[in-house]
Amino acid sequence: MKKIEAIIRKSKFEQVKEALHNVEVNFFSYWDVTGVGNEKEGHVYRGITYSTSEIQRRYLSVVVNDDFVQPTIDAILRSAATDNVGDGKIFILPVEEAYRIRTGEKGGKSLN
Amino acid sequence: MLTKILFVNLPFIIQDTSAIEGDMGMLWMLLSGILVFFMQAGFTLVESGMTSSKNAVNIAMKNLLDICVGSLTYWLIGYSLMYGDTSNGWFFWGGLFQGEGADLFFQTMFAATAATIVSGAIAGRTKFETYAIFTLVMTAVIYPISGGWQWQGSGWLTNLGFIDFAGSSIVHGVGGFAALVAAYMVGPRIGKYVKGEVLPIPGHNQVTATLGVFILWLGWFGFNGGSQLAWGGDDAIGASAVVLVTNLAAAAGGLGALITSWLYLKKSNLSMSLNGALAGLVSITAGCGNMTAPGAVMAGLIGGIIVVFSIEFIEKKLKIDDAIGAVSVHGVAGFWGTIVIGLWGVDGDVGIGLFNGGGASQFIAQLTGAVAYMIWAIVLSFIVFSLLKITIGLRVTEEEELKGLDISEHGTIAYPGKRERE
Repeated sequence: MKKIEAIIRKSKFEQVKEALHNVEVNFFSYWDVTGVGNEKEGHVYRGITYSTSEIQRRYLSVVVNDDFVQPTIDAILRSAATDNVGDGKIFILPVEEAYRIRTGEKGGKSLN
Repeated sequence: MLTKILFVNLPFIIQDTSAIEGDMGMLWMLLSGILVFFMQAGFTLVESGMTSSKNAVNIAMKNLLDICVGSLTYWLIGYSLMYGDTSNGWFFWGGLFQGEGADLFFQTMFAATAATIVSGAIAGRTKFETYAIFTLVMTAVIYPISGGWQWQGSGWLTNLGFIDFAGSSIVHGVGGFAALVAAYMVGPRIGKYVKGEVLPIPGHNQVTATLGVFILWLGWFGFNGGSQLAWGGDDAIGASAVVLVTNLAAAAGGLGALITSWLYLKKSNLSMSLNGALAGLVSITAGCGNMTAPGAVMAGLIGGIIVVFSIEFIEKKLKIDDAIGAVSVHGVAGFWGTIVIGLWGVDGDVGIGLFNGGGASQFIAQLTGAVAYMIWAIVLSFIVFSLLKITIGLRVTEEEELKGLDISEHGTIAYPGKRERE
């Protein structure tokens, strides 16, 4: 089991969600974050123009069985990319154990 | 003699009551105009609350723009096109820079109201320049010309006996049906209609939307009450009655929509109820000087019920993306508010409606006016938006729309912080 974390553009979220659904990955959580990186966004506030790299992003966290890892990565890479600086990152982490709270079952089948 | 006895010890002596009534009339117009101005704040809160936070600055900009543009264009030519001289009852003109004082101030606020109705319907995907130009044309040309048909005094609709006290058709009908054309021509927001499904695009703050409706309700007391255009004696009694029935109709409209949404959608719904209260207000705007209290309640109640189904129809059947229901609240309810006078309106103690002994003549006059304003708004808006479509375009790009108009068009975010709202 691996946890796949992705930080993506907010505008790409719906596409990524659909792409994940298409590879049978239907469970994940997400939250809004502010990212700091290479992309700069021009802002204007009360007459002051400034460039900031603090841009609103969306962070997804998906835990999948090993055979779903590569399809998930490919789905995210396909749907979240725009060829512009600031498309985001994907991180893979190992997961020791997983449980379904409702039934108490553990292991790979709790991820279905 | 009595006056001198009663008031001789006061620092001033009341000499001439008609001067007071003239002064009081002007005061009432001024205060009412100030209340109607505050409706701009109401519209801003309603429109931003019911749409995505990524477009909140854009909504605020559009609402700021239309009062700024409208105030100036209406002063320049709008007032003249509405209240100038006429030889045919259809077109009015009196030169540039007509109107002054409380009168021009009051009427300017009405023009700005008609323009701001459109901004809500097309929220989230319309180019700012496009809206700016449309607002200019609306306040300078579209609204004044048709307004003159009834309010100038010798327009063709006045001669027909048409009644529209404060503008169910003149302001709200024109604004609402212009919004319909605008929403249709701009097209739906991305993600609204996906694979044959109608998806909701939730607003980001229902509390400020509610606050906005309360502010509109408050402003409407000036909108309708001020349309008495006078104060003192019978006019004071008349304007007071107008304010009362305005409140009754709003309350009935809110309840009508609340109960309807409860039954129809299984749960009482805040945004529908809010739109119901607004629809109730629009429904009484034409007849507030010609309705009994029970008649006003019925008008508002039915307006509130109609708006629930109208919003559903336009959104789901016509597949026109009206972001906040403006077409239904102002256009459809405005049409209803205009014709309801012909159903159970009164002139003093005399019934003038179909159901209270007045026969069909008032109803026909009302229907004629309602249809005339609807067609005028639709045709003129269609022309303007068509010209804008082939010149500067109506919509922002897909990328700009997905990022949000705040950052794309104005370079800023409404709610900077760690977590963005809906």
